[in-house]
Amino acid sequence: MKKERTPAIIIMSISSVGIFVMLFILLFLIKEGLPVLKETTLSSIVAGTDWYPTETPPALGMLPLIAGSVAVTLLSSLIALPISLFIAIFISEIASQKMKNILKPILELLGFLPSIILGFLGMVVIAPWLQSRFAILSGLNLLNASILLGFLIIPIVGSLAEEALSAVPREIRNASFALGATRWETISKVVFPAALPGILSACLLGIMRGMGETMVVLMAAGGAALIPISLFDPVRPLTSTIAAEMGETPVGSTHYHALFFAGLILLLITLGINLLSSWIESKRKVKSS
Amino acid sequence: MTKRKALDQLMTILLWSATGLIVFLLLAIITYIFVNGYQVLSWSFLTESPRDNMTRGGISTPLIGTLQLVLVSMFFALPVGIATGLYLAEYSKRGRFTSLLRLAIRSLAGVPSVVFGLFGLSLFVILLRFGSSLLSAGLTLGCLALPLIVTASEQAFLAVPQDYRDASYALGASKWQTIWKVVLPSASSTIITGGILSIGRVAGETAPIIFTGAAYFTPSVATSLFDEVMALPYHIMVLATEGTNITLTRPIQYGTVLVLLAFVLGISAIGVIMRARLRQSGR
Repeated sequence: MKKERTPAIIIMSISSVGIFVMLFILLFLIKEGLPVLKETTLSSIVAGTDWYPTETPPALGMLPLIAGSVAVTLLSSLIALPISLFIAIFISEIASQKMKNILKPILELLGFLPSIILGFLGMVVIAPWLQSRFAILSGLNLLNASILLGFLIIPIVGSLAEEALSAVPREIRNASFALGATRWETISKVVFPAALPGILSACLLGIMRGMGETMVVLMAAGGAALIPISLFDPVRPLTSTIAAEMGETPVGSTHYHALFFAGLILLLITLGINLLSSWIESKRKVKSS
Repeated sequence: MTKRKALDQLMTILLWSATGLIVFLLLAIITYIFVNGYQVLSWSFLTESPRDNMTRGGISTPLIGTLQLVLVSMFFALPVGIATGLYLAEYSKRGRFTSLLRLAIRSLAGVPSVVFGLFGLSLFVILLRFGSSLLSAGLTLGCLALPLIVTASEQAFLAVPQDYRDASYALGASKWQTIWKVVLPSASSTIITGGILSIGRVAGETAPIIFTGAAYFTPSVATSLFDEVMALPYHIMVLATEGTNITLTRPIQYGTVLVLLAFVLGISAIGVIMRARLRQSGR
């Protein structure tokens, strides 16, 4: 086989674009975010409870925003993760090949539903329903956004967990059935534990997706920078704060830097979850080989 | 014994109902949007631009804007993504560059879309002075689509049987000739499928374009890369949350949602079906 150097070098340099994009994202958020620390201290940002960025002097406490992100992510995961795993188990263990061929594309198409459309449905369908059902002032709140976010989490966790379950060798199931176990016993005591690393990594990616979602929370979460104490409290997560406020902020102002700082917090959290999930996956690969 | 059987049956019912619930909800969403949106749907709705403070007229400007954004993003993401997939599948050796590249692509796939917006704002809009424009927003969306295309094309290249390469080498072809004449053509349909699926993802994105190039309103379609554009997702958000008359424009909102949904799900369905066909014929 003849070898040439030029194409290899060209292909390699084009590939490095991906590295540069990721590096630039990190660098720009640090460069534009850190200047906010000149105006105020890290502890007053992370632990401060007042977010009034346009007042003079601005109050830049991001605790309500972080709490909003965490609350919406937790609640939506609580709703979506069990359903996702149920669907994954159904498709992998119960559905016939014919049903699989229909259900897997349906699950995938659900993942393509634009988040703006879900946010819109939150405003025009879920909010009025919550309002009349629970006699509350506004239906745009934590619960509304979490229900919608669930829709975005389910297809991700569902398909990835299904792949993990399907990768468990058939022999293991047959051995369990041969010992007289029922189907559910086989699933819960044999197949599920065997697929656990893959399932955990799928759940983490779903949680990451919930944390980073913007449009749904921007339209349906109500947008008040408060630490939520009830399901019906409006919240303003980090993502929707950035999306809602960046447009009206003068470039280079303290508020501008604060929003980049919020982006940096968001990026570090999602990056951490992402790396944890890929670490769990790599453990699985080492074990199985 | 009976208790175990009962639990088994109960769980089977639960698993069936969870799956049924989601299929039902997806169908309900599609039906609801169709029922509420189809009345305003007409040829003129698609071909007229919005007028009277966006309370009348059609959605031609945001519709064409979305197509332009998709075009610009793919113009960037397809070549770079395919080359990266090619590198990972055909050239990469175990080494620092390869693991760094994999780490970067994996991380990119998890970056929140609004953070892509911040990145596009500081790099394309401000540092490179493209301004808030079709170019900035398109490139930002391209960066977002990059990991999707890289993964799809790497898998496409890896699926080409090694025999093909060996046969080409045996005929005296060089590595590049083999890739260009043998590997790329046999991987092309899978790559195209990956491209189609990433178009479905890009067309519905809102957060990355809010501050990189999406316009609240423009009287006409963008004619240069440096013009701002209207886009379907952002148009929905504007009409539903800050428009001049939110209740009056509700029918237009439903119509726009229906068009976006049909566009995105239509494109994605084509991609999903194509891929299923390719997998079946490959086996």
